[in-house]
Amino acid sequence: MTEALLEVTDLVKHFSVSSGLRGRAASVVRAIDGVSFSIRRGETLGLVGESGCGKTTTGRCVLQLERATSGRIRFDGSDITDMNQSELRQVRRSMQVIFQDPYSSLNPRMSICDILAEPIKVHGLVPDKAKREERVRELLAQVGLLPQHARRFPHQLSGGQRQRVGIARALAMEPKLIVCDEPVSALDVSIQAQIINLLENLQARLGLTYLFIAHDLSVVRHISDRVAVMYLGHIVELADRQALYEEPLHPYTHALLSAVPIPDPKLEASRERMVLRGEVPSPLNPPSGCVFHPRCPIAVDRCSAEIPPLREIRSGHWAACHLA
Amino acid sequence: MSATPQTVEESGSAAEPRGGWMDAVGSFVRQRPLGAIGAAIILLMMVVAASADLLAPYDPLATDYGAMLRSPGGHHWLGTDAFGRDVLSRMIYGSRTALMVGLGASFLGATFGSIIGVASAYFGGRVDLFVQRVMDVFFAFPVIILALAVVSILGTGVGNVILAIATPMVPRCARVVRSSALSVREMPYVDAARAAGFGHRRIILRHMLPNVMAPILIMATAFLGEAILLEASLSFLGLGVNEPTAAWGLMLRGAAVEFAESAPWMAFFPGLAISLAVFGFNLFGDSLRDALDPRLRTQ
Repeated sequence: MTEALLEVTDLVKHFSVSSGLRGRAASVVRAIDGVSFSIRRGETLGLVGESGCGKTTTGRCVLQLERATSGRIRFDGSDITDMNQSELRQVRRSMQVIFQDPYSSLNPRMSICDILAEPIKVHGLVPDKAKREERVRELLAQVGLLPQHARRFPHQLSGGQRQRVGIARALAMEPKLIVCDEPVSALDVSIQAQIINLLENLQARLGLTYLFIAHDLSVVRHISDRVAVMYLGHIVELADRQALYEEPLHPYTHALLSAVPIPDPKLEASRERMVLRGEVPSPLNPPSGCVFHPRCPIAVDRCSAEIPPLREIRSGHWAACHLA
Repeated sequence: MSATPQTVEESGSAAEPRGGWMDAVGSFVRQRPLGAIGAAIILLMMVVAASADLLAPYDPLATDYGAMLRSPGGHHWLGTDAFGRDVLSRMIYGSRTALMVGLGASFLGATFGSIIGVASAYFGGRVDLFVQRVMDVFFAFPVIILALAVVSILGTGVGNVILAIATPMVPRCARVVRSSALSVREMPYVDAARAAGFGHRRIILRHMLPNVMAPILIMATAFLGEAILLEASLSFLGLGVNEPTAAWGLMLRGAAVEFAESAPWMAFFPGLAISLAVFGFNLFGDSLRDALDPRLRTQ
């Protein structure tokens, strides 16, 4: 369990906003600016942060849907950062993705059976057609759908059912790692619980490893073993779930956690909230030093001058703050 | 939690009423009467072309030097031409040529154009830039000039005319399809296909192309009318279908040059047929575009 399945080192992804005839980069969006983390086999790493903090881009870089600007990504013992298309094809089998929006993540022109059978066929996992249909039924059963759903088209299914199809598609190739990019945030609360339970069941049965990207802190707390908090392209804190939620070290994590409502009106009324000033700065022009310092309630002069490194403050509890 | 996840109950919405085809036709006729008229003209043209052997009173190629330049009426309803060939029969067989060239050219043009357009959008970046600049070069020429150039390289005849007419349609279709494909490119299901390690060809043909079908269909119908007109123009200029094949443009050519005054029916009826066919295809194409607005359908 201790061996890392995925290791991301100093990952940087910049998008250039070009203008003019020659397409020169006029400005650069620093979507991810030096992110490092690792995920052990069988573990779930939660990745939380506000919209636009770079968590989805991190997931896309891990999947090699976006080429990283710099940094290294090691998956299952090999460096996948500079692999060519044919080498990547092999890696992609063990690395799958579940998307946020179940309505646009399934090709509307393909039946569920085709959607699930296609990866199996293309990768030659089950060459025989009848056996392939058998495998599709098996996959549907695994995610709690019925065999007759195979003949349906995506528009004939509900949102929760579609998300189950999305999960089944990810499972079709028997992956080791699944990047879950906000897999429940587009679903009703009752369906969210079903999908979360399904993901946990599958992890237990198939020994899957998840990179779980979300902005819902309670969902992340429920499913993750460890949690990384992102702010403006940086990981500001990374710790075991328990440690992070009970003793957050970074002021941003503090603020995030204090925004989670408590399902008890009395406690909710009396609890202390930490409200941040201002807006998230633009990743086009991030602040100097610690990216959080303009909004930080405890910032000192040093914070605007020096970038705080992500350091291990307690055993297994990392934070990027000068004052932690 | 149980070991086997519980099964989601059946949703009732799945059972779609079948046989809604007739209803769809009915509502199209009611909502878009002009489109229905266009469709009726197209249908008539297709029926005539398909049953030309049964409908035509004479062999369209048979010359009858005893009955040259007969005016309409009697044995020859629409008269005869300078070689004594029956104008009605030639018009009926001419609809075959028109449809064959029209369908062939718009099918070829739409197929290649849409594949180029989708591929250009899919690869993006420099490939897209290069492909679009090549398309710009094609756009710089008027349609007829480009078609003339192709015919002058390949020579005349039905097959070459189809190629000549398809060529200027490729860039136009490519551009329209590219713009739709750009939005499809960003859909998560395309990302999912990439993440699954599918090849470029599979993603383009199986995942993107079917989702930009609405604009392709509309372009193809719009091309049909234009292709028929273009074939007539090329034939009229003597660069299209060869004599003695029955083709409307060719009939005009024979008629307009020498006999416009002495035998106007020779030019009038094929001209009417061309106008009516183009009118029909344009009416139908416009209504089809309104019915399946590409901007709504590719979302």
